[in-house]
Amino acid sequence: MHTLSLSRFSLRSIAAAAGLSALIIADIAQAATPAELLSGYTAQAGSAAASNRGQQFFTSRHGREWSCATCHGTVPTQAGKHASTGKPIQALAPAFNPERFTDPAKTEKWFRRNCNDVVGRECSAAEKADVLAWLLTLKP
Amino acid sequence: MVAALMFAHAAFAEGDHHSPRVPLLPKYLSECGACHAAFPPGMLPATAWQRLMSGLGKHFGTDASLDPATQKELAAWLALNAGTGKYAREEPPQDRITRAAWFIRKHREVPATTWKLAAVNSAANCGACHKRSDQGNFDEHEVRIPR
Repeated sequence: MHTLSLSRFSLRSIAAAAGLSALIIADIAQAATPAELLSGYTAQAGSAAASNRGQQFFTSRHGREWSCATCHGTVPTQAGKHASTGKPIQALAPAFNPERFTDPAKTEKWFRRNCNDVVGRECSAAEKADVLAWLLTLKP
Repeated sequence: MVAALMFAHAAFAEGDHHSPRVPLLPKYLSECGACHAAFPPGMLPATAWQRLMSGLGKHFGTDASLDPATQKELAAWLALNAGTGKYAREEPPQDRITRAAWFIRKHREVPATTWKLAAVNSAANCGACHKRSDQGNFDEHEVRIPR
């Protein structure tokens, strides 16, 4: 009886461990570093990123009501606030929020939506590269 | 099962002390809740949710578009858990929860100055006063109005 429950237990732990490693592998498949995303955008753009251009893009309005900085803050090293709902937005600069720019799909989703709101169109790969290059210069 | 149904129907009913609630879908919390309070699905009728979910590209002045699979999944969950009873009787103007007759009546004692406080800012900022609204709890005993 005792050995039976013991072996049942170990079977369960093996299954759990297998499940866990499957999860970890799935995570790794999607994960990226901000530097990897930057080199992806730079390659797509076909030219080097310029952080000063990124800062200019981020803090300027583009013919519409909001700039990126409206919600994220002029220097996005701390939490910002959604311009219409007031909901807090965690820091955008990767050095201040390690979750940022580690999921390519999530990064693309937010660039798509927010560029539409701020610029009225999707951003080019060069614009994304510039902004990300600038965000990566922001250090504690 | 019957008890569960009654539970769900009593959702935000007046005078109930333990506002029963639908557990919020994690994806609903992370997607919709990224920009605003994760409003309980029972606060709008199914038709309103359907309109909102098919117009996310222009969602109250912002682009809230989702990938098709996520959009479909959330729309189905909202349809399944949409409002019943008095929450389904009316399609509020612009599909805004805050314009529903029951919402206005429930908040009629809140002074105009309170709505304008920086800590409140918007009638959609449930959490400013409903301290446990992030868990779907709108119990009147949990209300703390900022001054």
